[in-house]
Amino acid sequence: MIAVGAQAPDFTLRNQEGEKVSLSDFRGRKLMLVFYPADFSPVCGDQFSIYQEVKPQIDETGVELVGISVDSAFAHRAFQEKLGFEFTLLADFEPKGEVSRAYGSYIDRVGTANRTLVLIDEEGKVAWTHEAANPGEFPGANIIFDALS
Amino acid sequence: MADLSSAPIPAVGSDDHAVGEGEEGLVVYADLACPHCAGSWQRLRQRPGRLVFRHFPVASKYPRTPALHAAAEAAGRQGRFFEMVDSLYADRGRVDDPHLWERAVRFGLDLDRFQADRRSPEVEERIKRDFQSGIRAGVAGTPAVFDACTLVPVREREF
Repeated sequence: MIAVGAQAPDFTLRNQEGEKVSLSDFRGRKLMLVFYPADFSPVCGDQFSIYQEVKPQIDETGVELVGISVDSAFAHRAFQEKLGFEFTLLADFEPKGEVSRAYGSYIDRVGTANRTLVLIDEEGKVAWTHEAANPGEFPGANIIFDALS
Repeated sequence: MADLSSAPIPAVGSDDHAVGEGEEGLVVYADLACPHCAGSWQRLRQRPGRLVFRHFPVASKYPRTPALHAAAEAAGRQGRFFEMVDSLYADRGRVDDPHLWERAVRFGLDLDRFQADRRSPEVEERIKRDFQSGIRAGVAGTPAVFDACTLVPVREREF
């Protein structure tokens, strides 16, 4: 897991609309990266459903929550549309898992990211991290609010 | 802004929806449109001791669920909360408004009052209160069952 206080590794990935999104686009704002294993897995769907329910409260904190997995932008779009999420999803697709590895979230034996939360501050430094005990468990929304309080 | 940071579940109060005898028992955060909740509900109801139901509707997953929780809460205002919950879980294919009205009539509810209550801000707030307490307690899926304020892991459940 990337260390708190470290400069967050830059990246440029495509979102669910196929547009390029870079870490530098968020400079001056707080960003919560949500690494997760896979679109359409039951647990991932539950995770983003719960987060969607408290999105107004997340928005009130001024942080932007962005999901990242190794799925393609096309899969992200289908996942988002199917479940009605309003979060940006980034495709860590090719080279597969490169950004997840840079943040220390990638699990080689599984071939996906773990469930990892990384809070990046306005200057682009890692302010807080959380890693699930295993990909089958996801951090409740309370953990996000703990980090932001 | 509502505080959604971590906190234990609130103690059971007089306005909780509770059924069964005694001071000891389970508190369940459940979604009335959730098939897993429906599958567990009968077994939970058959357990001895007190059972407390708290609302945890996940609308982004089950778009119909806010209406079902509002119907249960409105039925509760006429003393028929658990009748409505039992019925919604037992017959998950009949959850449109006419089906809710039919249940209200069957349970002997004042239909006009039921209709007004289920759309009232008081009912919405009551449901939101439960939901937010579940979020603060780390509820990450339903049903989430607490025994003496401790979340019972799915793998350790007998229901």
